[in-house]
Amino acid sequence: MATITLPASKLDQLKDVCKSFNNDKKELINVLHKAQGIFGYLPAEVQEIIARELNISVAHVYGVVSFYSFFTMLPKGEHPISICLGTACYVRGAEKVIDEFKKHLQIKVGETTADGKFSLSCLRCVGACGLAPVVLVGEKVYGRVAPDGVKKILEEYT
Amino acid sequence: MGKYNMHVLVCGGTGCHASESETLLQNLKTEVLEHGLENEVQVIVTGCFGFCEKGPIVKIMPDNTFYTEVTPDDARVIVEEHLIKGRKVNRLLYTHPETKETVADSKHMDFYKKQLRIALRNCGFIDPENIEEYIARDGYEALARSLNELTPEQVIEIIKKSGLRGRGGGGFPTGLKWEITRKSVSDIKYVVCNADEGDPGAFMDRSILEGDPHSVIEAMAICGYCIGSSIGLVYIRAEYPLAIERLKTAIAQARDYGLLGEDIFGSGFNFDIELRYGAGAFVCGEETALIHSMEGLRGEPTVKPPFPSVSGYFGQPTNVNNVETLANVPPIINQGPEWFSTIGNEKSKGTKVFALAGKINNVGLIEVPMGTTLREVIYEIGEGIKDGKKFKAVQTGGPSGGCLTEKHLDTPIDYENLIASGSMMGSGGMIVMDEDDCMVSVAKFYLEFTVEESCGKCTPCRVGNKRLHEILDKITQGNGTREDLDRLRNLSHVIKDTALCGLGQTSPNPVLSTLDNFWDEFVEHVVDKKCRSGQCKALLQYVIVPENCVGCTACARNCPVNAISGERKEIHLIDQSICIKCGVCMEKCKFNAVLVK
Repeated sequence: MATITLPASKLDQLKDVCKSFNNDKKELINVLHKAQGIFGYLPAEVQEIIARELNISVAHVYGVVSFYSFFTMLPKGEHPISICLGTACYVRGAEKVIDEFKKHLQIKVGETTADGKFSLSCLRCVGACGLAPVVLVGEKVYGRVAPDGVKKILEEYT
Repeated sequence: MGKYNMHVLVCGGTGCHASESETLLQNLKTEVLEHGLENEVQVIVTGCFGFCEKGPIVKIMPDNTFYTEVTPDDARVIVEEHLIKGRKVNRLLYTHPETKETVADSKHMDFYKKQLRIALRNCGFIDPENIEEYIARDGYEALARSLNELTPEQVIEIIKKSGLRGRGGGGFPTGLKWEITRKSVSDIKYVVCNADEGDPGAFMDRSILEGDPHSVIEAMAICGYCIGSSIGLVYIRAEYPLAIERLKTAIAQARDYGLLGEDIFGSGFNFDIELRYGAGAFVCGEETALIHSMEGLRGEPTVKPPFPSVSGYFGQPTNVNNVETLANVPPIINQGPEWFSTIGNEKSKGTKVFALAGKINNVGLIEVPMGTTLREVIYEIGEGIKDGKKFKAVQTGGPSGGCLTEKHLDTPIDYENLIASGSMMGSGGMIVMDEDDCMVSVAKFYLEFTVEESCGKCTPCRVGNKRLHEILDKITQGNGTREDLDRLRNLSHVIKDTALCGLGQTSPNPVLSTLDNFWDEFVEHVVDKKCRSGQCKALLQYVIVPENCVGCTACARNCPVNAISGERKEIHLIDQSICIKCGVCMEKCKFNAVLVK
């Protein structure tokens, strides 16, 4: 089923993670958090291994992965860009900022650029509403982002 | 703790953190060292001061000087001028927007005058990573008293008498919940702290966890004592790394001090706390969904009863309380239920924390007594609408709440009044909107959120909200009809009546409250095909003002779809059937001859 082959060392790491939670199916969400930390995302192959290790069905794992927005099955770009779409950011013009990013990167929300450099996603409230609209690039927070400031942010990473 | 003459408090809340407060803190520490002041001045990082609009914030104690918008480069001037020479740095003081006077002491700022901080009592005051500072502020005294002097029944009685109600949105009496869980018979019971703050635009819980984690730990232990549980679980969003870090540090410190673990205060009572991480699902704020998520399952809600107090985490009695509710518990025990119940109004006691955001001058975290009016919050604490615009609405209760208008401004804020006005308390998000906001689009925004976050288990929520969103989208695209407005209302009521959990039952509230309060605006969208705030692009019309047009052809040459006709030196005309509303003509016109209607 899975076509991606992952490095063996990382797979061992994944099995160790499962073991550290006693291969207990109740710990599935914690295992997935750690697994996403290792691989950056949760491809089908990873989900299959977790299912086997925790002795549950792949459907169960997939059901949980697809339910929570924090888990992703697509690899993110080198510099993941997240635009806050909380209400405070929304009323202060976050949508226009998203449009500007889309225009510059030529990708839609949820996609990654062809060179793997940037990916674009939306999130709901980072809790820095005083700085609305807020954009995150990796861990770095940019506050009060205006549409014409988008180009400058991207230039920092190119 | 050493004794210092002066304390420099640097805000380490998320907002200020994002504006380089970490570098500022390091610079201040370096400057203090370089000037040989390390034995007299203590520089610490604190939780959120609440005044996020003007962050990063630095406060100097004991003179209470409040510096705003401090950059890392300002560290030197603060140390050299204020700490050494005793002169306040004027340019960093808060300036009143109208009188233009500087205010040095935070007690005299309008933002703080009307506030009463109980849940936030230690935020922006103590170092959240140092348990001794919490203890110095009466920390863990309530736990000690409860364990050594009071029976669980007596503690529950105190909480009941105080009138404390759940701050997460539902408003269920906290003491009663504890009593029900106590009465459920089982060997194992759980105390759960709900820190899955999912409302967009709300950051109260995170600020408490970041600024005063011990208050939540102490309250969970007290709750454990009352209901007969020795295991506490905090369900926290993985998106809150700083809060998780601070909470972990605090739990480790509490264990070191014997305030968590076995035989606390020699009373024979055991209690410990573990963390459980959420993974980004709004519905997990609902307690049954939260419990499923903690069990490693999809966070889908189930029908109540049975309530978690009877059958919760792995079928055991589970007491779920929100962060802010818990933060209120220690002061109630320390200062007595009578004190607490004098604050607020008849049915809603105490205070409520709100995250004030949107088109308001002072964005921030505030705590006011129940019964304070919206006008006081928006115009006195918030100091009015940004850029002198006109107030239009305030949205409370997040995606489950509604929009309140001018006519609600003098309504005292409490659980019952907000529900009667068509909104709800919710967890405490308060988003202010001005005349530039289109209320149809706002309703659509919330529905978009609900559609995305609906877990899909019950049909009314999964399908109904999608249809609501489609109708709203149709209206903003200029294709709505009068009948659509009736459809919106009918469908909303059906969803409210039939959805399984709190999310679905309240999801149509943003639609119903905007329909009720902004009916004219909806009618304009469907009948006149107009959006008065100009937010609905499809409803805009670009027209040429004949008096101003000189016939320079700039607009016609730049129009990407050739929608503009007219010869040189003649008045031009835009063909509305071709126009794609890109706005290029307006941008290119140097004579203000293009207008949006």
